[in-house]
Amino acid sequence: MSAPANGVSANELLAVMGSRELADNTTVFAGVGAPMLASGLAQRMHAPLLTMVIEGGIVGPRWKPGALPISTNEMRAAYRAQMLPGITEAFLLAQRGFLDVGFIGGAQIDRHGNLNTTAIGGSYDRPKVRLPGSGGANDIISLCRSVIILTVHEKRRFSDALDFVTSPGWLTGGEARRKSGLLFGGVGRVVTTLGLFGFDAQSRRMRLEALHTGVTVDEVKASTGFEVLVSDTLTTTKPPTEEELGILRALDPARQFL
Amino acid sequence: MTIARREYDFQAARKRLEGKAKSAGEKLTSLDEAVARVKNGDHVALGGCLFSRTPLALVRALLRRRPTGLSLSRNLMCYEGEWCMVAGAVDKIVTSWMGIGLPWGLSKILREYVESGRVPMEEWSHLALGLRYRAAAMGVPFLPSLTMMGSSLVDVGGSKIIDCPYTGEKLLAVPALFPDVALLHVHRADRLGNCQIDGYPHMDADIVRAAATVLVTAEEIVSEEEIRLHPDRTVIPGFAVDALVHVPFGSYPHECYGLYDAEPDHFSVYVDGINRQGAAGVLAYLDRYVYGPATHAEYLALFGDAALAEARRRGKELVS
Repeated sequence: MSAPANGVSANELLAVMGSRELADNTTVFAGVGAPMLASGLAQRMHAPLLTMVIEGGIVGPRWKPGALPISTNEMRAAYRAQMLPGITEAFLLAQRGFLDVGFIGGAQIDRHGNLNTTAIGGSYDRPKVRLPGSGGANDIISLCRSVIILTVHEKRRFSDALDFVTSPGWLTGGEARRKSGLLFGGVGRVVTTLGLFGFDAQSRRMRLEALHTGVTVDEVKASTGFEVLVSDTLTTTKPPTEEELGILRALDPARQFL
Repeated sequence: MTIARREYDFQAARKRLEGKAKSAGEKLTSLDEAVARVKNGDHVALGGCLFSRTPLALVRALLRRRPTGLSLSRNLMCYEGEWCMVAGAVDKIVTSWMGIGLPWGLSKILREYVESGRVPMEEWSHLALGLRYRAAAMGVPFLPSLTMMGSSLVDVGGSKIIDCPYTGEKLLAVPALFPDVALLHVHRADRLGNCQIDGYPHMDADIVRAAATVLVTAEEIVSEEEIRLHPDRTVIPGFAVDALVHVPFGSYPHECYGLYDAEPDHFSVYVDGINRQGAAGVLAYLDRYVYGPATHAEYLALFGDAALAEARRRGKELVS
């Protein structure tokens, strides 16, 4: 991961900003990397009663510092879990409505928070670049009450038009998501290395709501492949604190994910 | 649309199961005899998930028979999917995701074979694939779900969206997937094929019920009495199993919950081979680890006792 000038890495920034979005007494569907670090940090800061649900069919793990999982389907991901119900069951908890928040990322994102992790260029059958696929991302964004997208902010990722919608955000905006059959949820937040974004309530277009310290609106615009709305009440985020960074670095001392 | 009628034809699947012996008898056999039940063109579903409890001993035994025309499905496909592509064994990969994990990057083999159009990857969401096996396990042609709608994934396999007969709301009708063969690795079984799994169950119990033929390897063969003392732990009934093979370290170098940890360094060596030589790197790996060893013991000797003991130590530590 790239290391900004102030010594905070991209994933540290995403994990800290992601963690602040999580409330106590809630549930979060979290994957490996920044999402698990954000969830672990939130539990140690302000949300001790936050429960993690993991794609591998794991409920309530307490990951061991220094032994963070590489995949959502391995023993490190299940360490000190409260329940191991299975993969299908974990997603069905989300379909029932038990999951307040889901974290996902993606190779490409558009102005309505749709994500592509399937194929770039060409056709589905003969893509220019075949990506790994949805995994559980489509289910998380379809079924959780609210989704937070965590991503590095780069122009090639923030795309004007996706070749494939792997994970549906607000689709074409307005009522499109509801009309498609997705009656619940939606993307609430996009947390990037440049700032925090929400979505306009009517058009469902992405809107810049806060900048990280030292980042300008022009920088955001130059790093975004579509026209981004800017909030009238734009704020600046509080930089990661020593306490937050200390907790993250204790969780991942080898900086495998930081 | 890439799904075939035989994948969701619940009547044909039911007749096939009704026509099959459901024996409470002996199931123990050898790896070679077990995989001889797989025919060219079969749909083979793999148990476990990614690098957890992958039935690698069965996959290796199957590939030694040089099968062709298989469809291969798995919830998250690890590099066994790459082996099957490079070995010329598969016509279709059905999964929600393929790779090893973040540290190893995109699968170069997946890219090469899919981008050139040689082997299609039929992509489903993770839950949707789970519900395909679940629907088949229930003996019905589809299950309604709230997932995947609005996305491009609906078009890939040719899923249908239906109106709920009660509320009128849209629902995804996730089509059943009845595999011809299921390959699984479990913690323990008795000689009759009653199987117990520790830790996360993945989708194995559904895959067993969905498939026409079930081939299982077990870390340990225990007495019937031991199974009967803990019947609540049994997740696969013996009458559903066609062949059982005693294979300690049957998913190694992938993990088996509580018994041994995975070997990420081995994955890195495998990927290095691909980075240097492309598909030829996979062929070299297959020669050394799949086609080369005549027995499972010879295969394990390639890793050595020290590595196996260390994997066991880490595996126990991670559940204590």
